[in-house]
Amino acid sequence: MTDKSMNTVDTSRVDTSRRNLLKGGAAAAIITLAPGVTLQTVQAAVTGPVTSAKRWGMLIDATAPEGVWDLAVDACKAEQGWGKDKDDANPATDPQWIRKVSIKDPKTGAKASLPVMCQHCANPPCVDVCPTGASMKREDGIVLVDKHICIGCRYCMMACPYSCRSFVHEDVRGQKQHMPRGKGTVESCTMCVHRVDKGQKPACVEALNKAGSNAIMFGDLNDPNSDISRAVSKYVTQRIRADLGVEPGVHYRGI
Amino acid sequence: MRSASRILSLTILGFVLVAFGIGSGLLATSAQAGEVPLPKPAKAFKGEQCVEPTDVMRRNHFEFLKHQRDETLREGVRGNKYSLNECIDCHAVTSPDVAGGKVRTLKPFCAECHAYAAVSIDCFQCHTGAALPDAKQSALPADHADKAMITALQKHLDKGAKQ
Repeated sequence: MTDKSMNTVDTSRVDTSRRNLLKGGAAAAIITLAPGVTLQTVQAAVTGPVTSAKRWGMLIDATAPEGVWDLAVDACKAEQGWGKDKDDANPATDPQWIRKVSIKDPKTGAKASLPVMCQHCANPPCVDVCPTGASMKREDGIVLVDKHICIGCRYCMMACPYSCRSFVHEDVRGQKQHMPRGKGTVESCTMCVHRVDKGQKPACVEALNKAGSNAIMFGDLNDPNSDISRAVSKYVTQRIRADLGVEPGVHYRGI
Repeated sequence: MRSASRILSLTILGFVLVAFGIGSGLLATSAQAGEVPLPKPAKAFKGEQCVEPTDVMRRNHFEFLKHQRDETLREGVRGNKYSLNECIDCHAVTSPDVAGGKVRTLKPFCAECHAYAAVSIDCFQCHTGAALPDAKQSALPADHADKAMITALQKHLDKGAKQ
């Protein structure tokens, strides 16, 4: 047995092997075997790799009261560590992972307000154009930038039909431990991949839920029993610029 | 004229080298005169043993980190053995040079050898090198005990399987 196989004790699946059961039992027994010794973290089970069995998506209700979108934007800033105080902000160039957009039909005067962020396309143009392979789509549909190999050429920003990628022009300080950010790379909404992998919801969704709003739904579009799949099959939803055929994972209601 | 200035500069260089040799001889007795003193990376904040033996970590830490970063970011594999955040958890220490000694960072550990070996890569232009403020010091690394126990049990079971 190698170290690697020892590390991949998977607790999510039912395992009938007596040997693995013993191994799992040993890891749990340590805690009781050594009283007085406080272990800060118990060895976390290895999860992944993610598969295309899941397709993470969002459903945004544009008929929700306009004020909730500010909550979502603020939650994203706080979670991911972008956004600056008004005093040192450079609005023309500062990164925007999510923004509030107001629209108005000039003929009828009907108005709506909606948040726009990376649409996590199934056929993402940003991935097609990336010269280094930094712009990438995970198997479960989340589109990310691998900043380790991003050279900051900004082709993806040109290619994105939703203008959802931002370039970091200035030095960054105070990054979050789960979200490295650096000057000279491109970044965008990660659908809070660090939270999703832990089974949590993205920060914007959670902030709205806390405020009693369900204006952004998050879930697995491939699972017919998930809340989001039911909602998508119940209501008429649309995706921005669906004519482009990029198959976004973010659906909207009421626009 | 040219040769005179060359002699002058060589003399100055000689003086500097001799002065440096005396200085470093006083500071580090192990270093030979004129040699750059060996790096002294900071001792770990907590724990007695890393995820691999020290010599393996010294030689291969970058391979481990690079391999795992690709798995984590691109495939979504979480909870693997070599994690940069766990490096920070154990090895980040306070230093008067960094943030007035208020924050635990990896600088006194990583930068020491990287400067010696002229390694220019710096994870911490983007990653934060600062430890989470609520982490407490403990005698053991986070999962040292269970790993040791699992290894022992594994050996025991493997021995049984062969018989």
